[in-house]
Amino acid sequence: MTTKINFMYYRKIALGLSLLLMILSLVSLVFKQLNLGLDFTGGTLVELHYSEPADIESIRRTLSQSGYEGVEVSTFGSNQEVLIKLAGLSSDKIGSEITSLLKPLNSSDQEFLRRNEFVGPQVGSELRDDGGLAMLLALAMMMIYIAFRFQSKFAIAAVSALIHDVLIVFGIFSIFSIDFDLTVLAAVLAVIGYSLNDSIVVSDRIRENFRKKRENDPEDLIDESLNQTLARTLITSLTTLLVLFSLYFLGGELIRNFSFALILGVIIGTYSSIYILTNALLIMSLKGDDLFVEDSQDEEFHDLP
Amino acid sequence: MQFSIWKYLLLLVLLTTGILYALPNIYPSDPAVQVSYISSSQSPDDILVKRVRSSLSKISDKLSESIEVRDKFILVRVASSEEQLEVRSLLFSDLGDDSIVALNLAPTTPDWLVKLNANPMKLGLDLRGGVHFLMEVDTETALINRQNGILQDIKRVLKGKKIRYQSAYVDQNQSIIINLKNKDNFLSALEIIEKDYLQFKLIDTEETDALSLTLVLSEVALEEIISEAISQNLTTLRNRVNELGVSEPVVQKQGKNRIVVQLPGIQDTVEAKKILGKTATLEFRLEANYDTPRSRKTTFSFKESSGGGTADLENQIILSGNQVASAQSGFDENGFPQVNISLDGQGGARMHRATRNEIGRRLGVLFVEQKTRTKYVEDNSGEIIPVQESYEIKEIISLATIRAALPSNFRITGVGNTGEASELALLLRAGALAAPMRFVEERTVGPSLGAENIKAGVMSMQLGLMMVLLFILFYYRVFGIAASLALIANIILLVAAMSIIGATLTLPGIAGIVLTVGMAVDANVLIFSRIREELKLGKEPFDAIVAGYDRAFVTIWDANVTTLLVAIILHSLGTGPIKGFAITLSIGIVTSMITSILGTRAFITLVYGKRINLNRISIG
Repeated sequence: MTTKINFMYYRKIALGLSLLLMILSLVSLVFKQLNLGLDFTGGTLVELHYSEPADIESIRRTLSQSGYEGVEVSTFGSNQEVLIKLAGLSSDKIGSEITSLLKPLNSSDQEFLRRNEFVGPQVGSELRDDGGLAMLLALAMMMIYIAFRFQSKFAIAAVSALIHDVLIVFGIFSIFSIDFDLTVLAAVLAVIGYSLNDSIVVSDRIRENFRKKRENDPEDLIDESLNQTLARTLITSLTTLLVLFSLYFLGGELIRNFSFALILGVIIGTYSSIYILTNALLIMSLKGDDLFVEDSQDEEFHDLP
Repeated sequence: MQFSIWKYLLLLVLLTTGILYALPNIYPSDPAVQVSYISSSQSPDDILVKRVRSSLSKISDKLSESIEVRDKFILVRVASSEEQLEVRSLLFSDLGDDSIVALNLAPTTPDWLVKLNANPMKLGLDLRGGVHFLMEVDTETALINRQNGILQDIKRVLKGKKIRYQSAYVDQNQSIIINLKNKDNFLSALEIIEKDYLQFKLIDTEETDALSLTLVLSEVALEEIISEAISQNLTTLRNRVNELGVSEPVVQKQGKNRIVVQLPGIQDTVEAKKILGKTATLEFRLEANYDTPRSRKTTFSFKESSGGGTADLENQIILSGNQVASAQSGFDENGFPQVNISLDGQGGARMHRATRNEIGRRLGVLFVEQKTRTKYVEDNSGEIIPVQESYEIKEIISLATIRAALPSNFRITGVGNTGEASELALLLRAGALAAPMRFVEERTVGPSLGAENIKAGVMSMQLGLMMVLLFILFYYRVFGIAASLALIANIILLVAAMSIIGATLTLPGIAGIVLTVGMAVDANVLIFSRIREELKLGKEPFDAIVAGYDRAFVTIWDANVTTLLVAIILHSLGTGPIKGFAITLSIGIVTSMITSILGTRAFITLVYGKRINLNRISIG
């Protein structure tokens, strides 16, 4: 069943919505910033397991009496799991000090300490720099690849869609102060890959239709292409979301934010391949002539295994 | 419609190989304890096996253990992790300090699979518990130490040639400054340094009235010193990690000046840190004469690998191990193993002075080590508790006759076999850290969390896979069967590929597999949508299928290449777990291309290919 939705009729509204979301994200990123995890700030994190529901208040008191300031204590997953975070402190001994300080008399190390992480400030700032660099590199490489395989207008459109997706995922993490750690960064990079998949599939169809019917109105052609690919876009997003929700609910606390970033990314990426990519193409006034040069190259490509 | 026979064969071979090499992963691992001699050149022998057996016989009535002798170690399999801990502490206190007792997980892969070299994936620390350290080598100190060594050497040479200088030192910019007395001295010093100290660049030598030399290490020399310091620290750490009783430890360089140490199964990071950061050194002493007073000599025992027994050495230390610049094992002219030692300048001078009048006496090399050991003692309430204590061991590793005054380069012969020679060289090098290190990152995962992570990962994978399979079966019917089979084959191939290349499975790695499952369907969705479209355009089913595969291919290719690019970037960025994600993602992309394009097509050709007058296909 091929749908007949008049996507482009709503394109101005969609563009407005996207711009609004992007501005909100940007504002939050500037003023509230990302709630960077230990990986990027450096510091100490200890996850402890109590045999009965933990008394967070008394843990806080014990720690502050022993001179630990600025400690974040929270439950993690269940109320028997306690997460203690000290950002920025630069001694590798704090984790074991806290563990022995809080350890109940009747509990063994094997059971009590679930996780102890220490990241030196230097390592943290390096990961931050490397992470930012990796993101830019990914965007640049995507742009080059698409410019090479398609055409520069598609490259700019696809990368605009990617920036849109990444910015809004960042924005949501910032607005809701969700922990942004290394796994989330990995998820955002995976979102770049995923969202580009969608953009490529749509672009591919747009290119095909532009070549077939050169005289038609670009908006109509894009609408037709979107309708033709809609089933595929939705099914793939659905299967991916199915596994991601399974990861989110069953995969454990450690990759919950990772799965959340991917879920956001898949939803936003699906939307952006429909509206941002096409909006960008129309703003740059894509014409059939833009696409009529590289036919021979494409024939060659068909012969690859 | 046809599909060439070689493609079927290719798929068959791939799938069979995939199943074979993925298979080891479904056999659970036994908790086990492994025992080996502390010296890595020594394989376990009957004596060790007997000692293990007799030790285990004490608790054998409540134990269901089995003992296997392997190349490098003896493996004691037990039934539960409680038994494992019990066996470990028993063997640890019974066997003594010449052996390493480590906890391990022993795969239960059947022999016929082992013969095929099929092994299960390794589990990352986040899945099996353990500790990950990142240590940074203080390269600045390494440079300063080394520069000071060279400076001593230069001073000695200058003195020997009667070249007089006012002062010579390493300044805060890490250059060596030498202020000479007069122009003649300056010129002779300049000549020597230009000739013999090629690792330096000279700065400002053109000024006519200058009497001062500024030596700066060249880029190459600088890097060489740093990389030597790091590799020496690596060796030292490897040796120390061996003593911690860990199976499958990882010690490797990361980046320019960092070392990653991963110790699976270790929980007590305090103890691990103490041992990793400990100091060990060497002492060179003359053997005591018969008439040396008791107060001036001490009796030491030989290290076991040097044959056992004891010897008396003088209390006076000629020099210590931090003056050993390097040590290599090699062979003497008769083909016997030997160890070549180079001392730094100062050490060389002292060695020469101390030995030139002692020809015919023997020189002892003493290995001094700070160690920590865990003792199991009974406390007041009668419970056995572990207690840690530090102690120092001094053992003779070599005692050899002095045949001539020893220069800064000399050799030690009579060191046993090749393995022992290289170990001695290693110990000499590894005795001390070349530069101090500090911990810049530490991640500990408790065994209970590790087990939970595996469970969570596997469960989310099962549920995710099931939902996707149900959906595509419902949506695509017969073609859905093809896609489902392709998906399962994809997971098998992915797991097999990871097992073959020895990749480590981490929690994000499992997430990568799950994500691949979701995304791998994409290729089939693209193809099937195309086929539906072509059918709607009025094409015959055969033609529609062929056109669908052909048309969709370019799109699938582009989409996968870009994801692969991202995965590669991720891999270059990541630490352990993220790397795991990147690896599964990239392998998954490759395998999914094979299964979802070639695999489904083969299946569909099997189903529909032979029918004449095909006029309806089941594609939902």
